[in-house]
Amino acid sequence: MKFTEEHEWLLVDGDVVIVGITDHAAEQLGDIVFVELPELETKVAKGDEVSVIESVKAASDILAPLDGEIVEINDAIVTNPGLVNEDPMGEGWFFKMQIEDLSVLDDLMTEDEYKDFIG
Amino acid sequence: MTELRQTCLHDLHVELGAKMVPFAGYAMPVQYPLGVMGEHLHTREKAGLFDVSHMGQVILRAPARALETLVPVDVQGLAVGRQRYALFTNADGGILDDLMVANRGDHLFLVVNAACKDADIAHLQAHLPGVEPVTDRALLALQGPLAEQALARLVPGVTALRFMDVATLDWDGTALWISRSGYTGEDGFEISLPEARAEAFARALLAMGEVAPIGLGARDSLRLEAGLCLYGHDIDTTTSPVEAGLSWAIQKSRRANGGFPGADRILQELTQGPARKRVGLRPEGRAPMREGTPLFASETATDPVGTITSGGFGPSLQAPIAMGYLPADLATPDTLIWAELRGKRLPARVCTLPFRPSSYRT
Repeated sequence: MKFTEEHEWLLVDGDVVIVGITDHAAEQLGDIVFVELPELETKVAKGDEVSVIESVKAASDILAPLDGEIVEINDAIVTNPGLVNEDPMGEGWFFKMQIEDLSVLDDLMTEDEYKDFIG
Repeated sequence: MTELRQTCLHDLHVELGAKMVPFAGYAMPVQYPLGVMGEHLHTREKAGLFDVSHMGQVILRAPARALETLVPVDVQGLAVGRQRYALFTNADGGILDDLMVANRGDHLFLVVNAACKDADIAHLQAHLPGVEPVTDRALLALQGPLAEQALARLVPGVTALRFMDVATLDWDGTALWISRSGYTGEDGFEISLPEARAEAFARALLAMGEVAPIGLGARDSLRLEAGLCLYGHDIDTTTSPVEAGLSWAIQKSRRANGGFPGADRILQELTQGPARKRVGLRPEGRAPMREGTPLFASETATDPVGTITSGGFGPSLQAPIAMGYLPADLATPDTLIWAELRGKRLPARVCTLPFRPSSYRT
């Protein structure tokens, strides 16, 4: 599993990458009450705002961690946004992306590096 | 950056695991480990304890009629032992701040917003004699259906109070200035007490099973569900009391002769109606509509007709809710309005306030 400075995790699953937010991010956001996911087959560039999550307090954007195409979305978190708080690193995943060159993942943080990053 | 002030309960908040944030120049607890949703629901079901010591407390030893020159509210008719909601207005009929005024017998006692307190005190001192800012007392709020039961264990006399009554009651040799009021739509109390005794008092309440500490996050969602205005957001110097739907705070005795700042505009709006009104909005989808979201009369209209001034998710309603201003002709319940959110027009319906009935002990 790899991590971004925007508190996303990425897990390679065959030729696609599963993306979600970290435990740390979910805890910081608090009770999530709304999730908006990108449309299928959307081509995204790294840094694009692709999802919105809202807690009771505030709205946050989820940025595309890499260039690629959205190939699957997790409708379960749209129906039940609380799933992101309950299991952010598992059932609460956001979307799957097709990435042309998986080697770009090497530039992202490892779990240990992410733990240092969040202090 | 100037250093944040701390209330006398700061160490207690930290000990309780609060996340502290800057608010009106103070470090304040925005939430405790229970979280905004849990704290909100706890207050609606049991009793929540809020530290609101950042708010301004002022003793006013001036005649009631003198204060009436600054507020469109009947202060002379306020009986001893009673409290009333009030507004400082400006010459244009805008709102400088909203506040509570209590008649404590030989003086009036004012509670004003934290962000406005320095300006309010200067405003009072510029126009009135006998302005005494209270700087050595904390202010706590205990809110919720079990607030009376909890507080009565320490201060049995509170059971005799009804909504908007005020009294001085003893707790363990300390004089508590208590009002039966709050900012949540629930029954509850606000308690002013010497800073030196505040932590012991708060700990005595928190030791009770039904009492949990509540942060500013839930305070905001609770007041929003109750349809209550937040100064600087839903009301400010650009909104008049009539536009804001606060005409009920302008009693009959003040409607005939004016004599308060902005009376020309305010009295005219009272008789002829305001051009725009504060309304409640229920988004039809699940997406919260936050402060600043522009409102449109149709899905395709180019010019906005209003703006959301407070909005978020109502934990007790399990739905997004918002308040904002709309032209009077659109400010009727069930009118469909369009909010522009992230480049998309989403529908919301105008509704009456509050979103959730209040449960004051009148």
